[in-house]
Amino acid sequence: MKRFIFVAALMATQPLFADSNLPPAYWANRELPDAKQEAQAEQLMEQIRCLVCQGQSIADSDAELAGDMRDLVRRRIAAGEKPQAIRAWLVQRYGTWISYKPTAEPSAWPLWLAPLALLFVGAWLIRRRIRVRDA
Amino acid sequence: MSRAVRFAPLALLLVVIVALIWRLATPTDSNVHSTLDGKRVPEFSLPAALPEKPALSSADLASGSPHLVNVFASWCVPCVTEVKTLQVLRHSGVRVDGIAIRDRPVDLADFLARNGDPYERIGSDAESKVQISLGSSGVPESFIVDGKGVIRYQHIGPIERSDVPMILAKLEQAR
Repeated sequence: MKRFIFVAALMATQPLFADSNLPPAYWANRELPDAKQEAQAEQLMEQIRCLVCQGQSIADSDAELAGDMRDLVRRRIAAGEKPQAIRAWLVQRYGTWISYKPTAEPSAWPLWLAPLALLFVGAWLIRRRIRVRDA
Repeated sequence: MSRAVRFAPLALLLVVIVALIWRLATPTDSNVHSTLDGKRVPEFSLPAALPEKPALSSADLASGSPHLVNVFASWCVPCVTEVKTLQVLRHSGVRVDGIAIRDRPVDLADFLARNGDPYERIGSDAESKVQISLGSSGVPESFIVDGKGVIRYQHIGPIERSDVPMILAKLEQAR
């Protein structure tokens, strides 16, 4: 019984940060009529990180802000803006954090170099082993 | 195999464990900070959120004196307590402007009647457009904008009573 009350109480809880009363933005959940433009928008939306559900893309997120960002992306694509320009505009505001597309900025160099470094270490270790067996 | 090499994996394990403990003890800041700090407020012009209140545009912010721009919403729970702190700031002479995110006039009027109204101007940002262009990632958030319209400070989350002296100092610096 206690458990039942606990579960019932959990189900009755409301999220603390409630959503607004306004409907989603027009282009939040609507595809652009032009299939080519929609494909471009889709591709960009999958690479833009949601600010609310960090770890999801704005294409996947149900957060209202993500919907508003999808609306923004679709509107700009429909107006003829290039996806990389929209990405740059967002990066200018939120930093490279907002984009899932990897960059080659200096702070990311260790990540790019790590696999190579590990490969060299591995090769060196194997070489040593082979030598030991020869002897 | 030399002794040093033999103990290398153990040393590596220790390094990893220490790194993990350190990360657990000091969690990362998951807030996304606007990179516009120190730059001009992007140009915008929002319609009035309430019929009896003036609207807000970027031109209103470059008025010669610093402003506190509060990004808020009537549906935002922490905003309820924050707005009372903003009232305190208002009484000490701070110019507080609001950007209401995804809000309806009815809800907003009700929110202000219930909790107090510290705002000089309120712009209605129904599709979070200006919020996104400011690099803001949620409500409540506040920006200190100096008299030339340059963003000097971004405050993520509600301004608490204990933040008041800090906010006043930042506004003084922006003068």
